[in-house]
Amino acid sequence: MTGLRLLASALVVVAVALFPLAAGNYPVKLLQEILIWGIFAMSLDLLMGYAGMVSFGHSAFFGIGGYVAALALARSPGLVSALLLPAVAAGLVALAIGFFSIRVSGVYFIMLTLAFSQMFHAYTFQVSWLGAEDGLVGIPRPAVPGVDLNSLRGFHGYLLVLVVLAALALWRIVSSPFGHVLRGIHENEARMIALGYAVDRYKLLAFVIAGVVAGVAGSLYTQFNGSITPDAFFWKTSGEALLMVIIGGTGTLGGAMLGAAAFILLQSLVSTYTERWMLILGATFILLVLFAPGGIVGALRGRIGLRA
Amino acid sequence: MPVDLFGQALNGLAYGVLLFLLSVGLTLIFGMLDVVNLAHGSFYMLGAYAGLSLIASTGSFWLALVAAPLAVGLIGALIERSCLRPLYRRPPLDQVLLTFGFIYLFEDVVKWIWGGRIRSIPPPDLFSGSVSLWGAVIPSYRLFVIAFGLAMAALLFLLVERTRLGAIIRAGVFDAEMTGGLGINIHRVFTGVFAFGAALGGLSGVIAGPIQSAYPSMGVTILIPALIVVVVGGLGSLKGSLIGSLLIGQAETFGKAWMPEASMLIIYVVMAAIVLVRPQGLFGRPLK
Repeated sequence: MTGLRLLASALVVVAVALFPLAAGNYPVKLLQEILIWGIFAMSLDLLMGYAGMVSFGHSAFFGIGGYVAALALARSPGLVSALLLPAVAAGLVALAIGFFSIRVSGVYFIMLTLAFSQMFHAYTFQVSWLGAEDGLVGIPRPAVPGVDLNSLRGFHGYLLVLVVLAALALWRIVSSPFGHVLRGIHENEARMIALGYAVDRYKLLAFVIAGVVAGVAGSLYTQFNGSITPDAFFWKTSGEALLMVIIGGTGTLGGAMLGAAAFILLQSLVSTYTERWMLILGATFILLVLFAPGGIVGALRGRIGLRA
Repeated sequence: MPVDLFGQALNGLAYGVLLFLLSVGLTLIFGMLDVVNLAHGSFYMLGAYAGLSLIASTGSFWLALVAAPLAVGLIGALIERSCLRPLYRRPPLDQVLLTFGFIYLFEDVVKWIWGGRIRSIPPPDLFSGSVSLWGAVIPSYRLFVIAFGLAMAALLFLLVERTRLGAIIRAGVFDAEMTGGLGINIHRVFTGVFAFGAALGGLSGVIAGPIQSAYPSMGVTILIPALIVVVVGGLGSLKGSLIGSLLIGQAETFGKAWMPEASMLIIYVVMAAIVLVRPQGLFGRPLK
């Protein structure tokens, strides 16, 4: 990371941290939603942008994180319930789904991950112990000594710390030798096998890491809303995360966060002015795919000559 | 119980042929254009709503059955020409996302024009009653759907297997570039196949209307079963699409009746098992 970029990232973090001092309730909540979806989108970018594994079932881990957090927090509202259990559960599920899914690639990988995530949707939608289609509601936020997470600012700080930790961890992973192997697999899988890398193990590990981070995002989503519904598992959740990554620019991590911001801002801004927000959102995606193939980051690079 | 069994099997058959009409377009579009068309469910929805309006304004179900698919096919042709064609040289994900954008667009257009609530569509007068078959009372419209769907399947087989146009389509699915190299205007074939697939999606929407009614999220709901049929049957395979549809139709209908808690799960388990054991699907060509 160059000095300039480090400075820019630090400035963004400071700006986000100070935002609640300057803005009202609604904009702060919007920013918090962006941060949560940003974590989710970044975890997907690790798979798509670096390892080249386009998963259409990433909602499975988001949902698992969300549901495990909801069940655990309702019993004992602490950090173990809020972060550790959802992350571990999502990681285990990712291990199981990944074990099967990495055997196929391309469109079959897309369809298999999609099928697995929809199994969870179908299950949570139908069983009464998870609240069926209404989901689980009235979930308390965790109790953390010294911070009141029920206050807007307290939760904001908690979120920001977690986002920064997740971003640093992911950035560390993609710039490690492991990350370079993932990129190698993306570029030319056959060559990486010929070079002696146990490609399947790398792919599985990437899948599990992405699942863990997505699980944390799902848990934060439950904490943010105080509820979780089967929609978290629905394939549109995966599709929206994919859109965020693409809008922002794949393989950049920061792009995923920007994409999440663009998606949620667009959604909420347009929906305050007109009932027709889905139409405008859809048209915007279509135009973005047609005219800005590299996403926001790609467009910025082209405009100001920034290099990767 | 056997009476109930018979009735359920017919329900499953009606749902199966509906899925077939929808998945044929999806599988041909994928086989030829290499595009996973997520907006295919939207064509189905558009067909149902176009049918609704045409029936309301003309009073004729049969006119709607012809005109609505034509309108949806035209929309499909426009999408292929204006938006998909520039993307063929890009990574396949771009096309997936483009069609994802159209899901939003069409769902909202439908809400705008027709409102968000469920609209029921009357069956044609000829099939508004029900008949008693071996002790089971079956709405006669379902029997019409089954007969119509099977007739369409036979027609499609004749078209694809026995005509020159069908030969071009099969060649295109096998190797589009080579087909173009042999002097076929492959771009026109692409547009034609996409429009035809869209029209079939619209047709299945009109047919489904009197059974399932019309509502804005009907497209995203039906898309996943249709995709599953395509994967189970084998991408690009007409026969696979038919067998897969009938299989999934029965699995879902019987699942709903016997194991309501797990009914939706069954089809995903079936699909996951098939992708793992036989990734190319039941009738797909072996993977390269």
